[in-house]
Amino acid sequence: MTELTDLTVAGIRDGVRSGAFSAREVADAFVTAVSRAKDLNAFLVETPDHALAAAKQADEARAAGETLKPLAGVPIGMKDLFCTKGVTSTAASHILEGFTPTYESTVSQRLWDAGAGMLGKLNMDQFAMGSSNETSAFGNVISPWRRGGGDNAPLAPGGSSGGSSSAIAARLCPAATGTDTGGSIRQPAAFTGISGIKPTYGRCSRWGVIAFASSLDQAGPMARDVRDCAIMLEAMSGFDVKDSTSLDLAVPKWEAGLSSNLAGKRVGIPKEYRVDNMPAEIEALWQQGIDWLKDAGAEIVEVSLPHTKYALPAYYIIAPAEASSNLARYDGVRYGQRELPEGANLQDMYAATRAAGFGDEVKRRIMIGTYVLSAGFYDAYYTQAQKVRTLIAQDFEKAWGQCDLLLTPTAPSAAFALGEKSDDPIAMYLNDVFTVPSSLAGLPAMSVPGGLDAGGLPLGLQVIGKPLDEQGVLNAGLAIEERAGFTARPEAWW
Amino acid sequence: MSVDTATVKRVASLARIAITDAEAERLAPELGNILGWIEQLGEVDTSAVEPMTAVIPNTLRLREDVVTDGNVRDAVLANAPQAEHGFFTVPKVIE
Repeated sequence: MTELTDLTVAGIRDGVRSGAFSAREVADAFVTAVSRAKDLNAFLVETPDHALAAAKQADEARAAGETLKPLAGVPIGMKDLFCTKGVTSTAASHILEGFTPTYESTVSQRLWDAGAGMLGKLNMDQFAMGSSNETSAFGNVISPWRRGGGDNAPLAPGGSSGGSSSAIAARLCPAATGTDTGGSIRQPAAFTGISGIKPTYGRCSRWGVIAFASSLDQAGPMARDVRDCAIMLEAMSGFDVKDSTSLDLAVPKWEAGLSSNLAGKRVGIPKEYRVDNMPAEIEALWQQGIDWLKDAGAEIVEVSLPHTKYALPAYYIIAPAEASSNLARYDGVRYGQRELPEGANLQDMYAATRAAGFGDEVKRRIMIGTYVLSAGFYDAYYTQAQKVRTLIAQDFEKAWGQCDLLLTPTAPSAAFALGEKSDDPIAMYLNDVFTVPSSLAGLPAMSVPGGLDAGGLPLGLQVIGKPLDEQGVLNAGLAIEERAGFTARPEAWW
Repeated sequence: MSVDTATVKRVASLARIAITDAEAERLAPELGNILGWIEQLGEVDTSAVEPMTAVIPNTLRLREDVVTDGNVRDAVLANAPQAEHGFFTVPKVIE
């Protein structure tokens, strides 16, 4: 029998239903795996009791002959951006150290209602600001992957959902939640050889998700294959009166709708995504992806998204501007840490609290945001960026006249070593060049593993879809998955 | 674009983040680089374009004007660094 920790979400669900194994056995296996993997630093908090309680419910329900819930017996990881009642939720920042929510986020509550259990809270870039997981206040997450040839340099698991990607790739959990503001689900999925989907903006409630940039933030699942992403996304999505941008739409049966037959689908290849200095291996993988989708029955068309090069600079105005506003709430009064120097007045307390509590990247982005929103600069920066955002969205709308889906690489490189880019903010920001445009347009997009580079590290392909066409995105992802036959996994060293 | 330390200090003060002179010195070129990079947006002709307000068409909903929560004072105060007599407590603001 295979190891229980090698099973997918669907495999666990089906096995618990059929009685091939108990939910308790599954939970025990993952709890043990988590407890032995401290070297990866993927978990900030371990919650074995939560996972075991959910498993007990699943086993009891089965023994009583009840119909099992969609995720009964499936233990998952929860990114620390989601508020979880009674379990500390810090967004990997000192300023929220010790914060124990008295409420549950809508997305996590939906997962618990579907029968899932929680193995723990996953490490991440602080306030989801980063692409390598090096901005966490609680230490870097290490990717389970290593370059070949005895090179043991610790690699970035991607970010900001780096605890999620590292934990899934290392078989510490079969699936996890992520959040994506500019690529924070897709880029870490690509770096670690797993799958992840950011749904259409508004599919998943943002209520109880610690805010970074509200017009961009969107939750989504990360897992080892496309089917598992579909199962998880069905449980996470749905209308929520508590989020004013939540879409009041029924949740499609994405898993039941999975089909890798792409006959009649047109897949666009955006020519502006052929960026300078793109590694030949990424080019080759992209071409391979094109061939796979042709093989699945799709027609390939070249399309143009002329404002692509302005997406990153627009993003680095809009996201920091929203962050500077959202993070104003961390004032040392209502929750989190307080810094009160001797003799300080209220204003001094705010400034000292925020200086001590926020990490460098968070401060950098708050200050950029504050600058671009300040009197005299607002129109030149923020309004101009929102106009460019309109143009980027129009580029996609025009492309949908010629095609149904877009295929691109997920990231411009494989995983880099920790420390390699952390001294140069702009070099780090450029990592999101392929993921940011679809975030700005609110579109569903997913990364699936395509193959390995010469160093033996995973590379991802990205599928972008029309608004609300998660099914089309998942199906194209499945077509790639079936043809890529990606079975590589990191050798356990942790 | 160049950003001087006085600007850095002004922005830090607006953002309520205490910074030292040394930090302001370090941040000035860093913020200058980032702002210089994002300034390329200025070359895009947006004269006929409306700024984006919502990525996905959505309507603002109205709900009944009724109280839907409340009576959770202790839960609201549960995470306060300092709370007394059912209130958040801060340093004295009136001399």
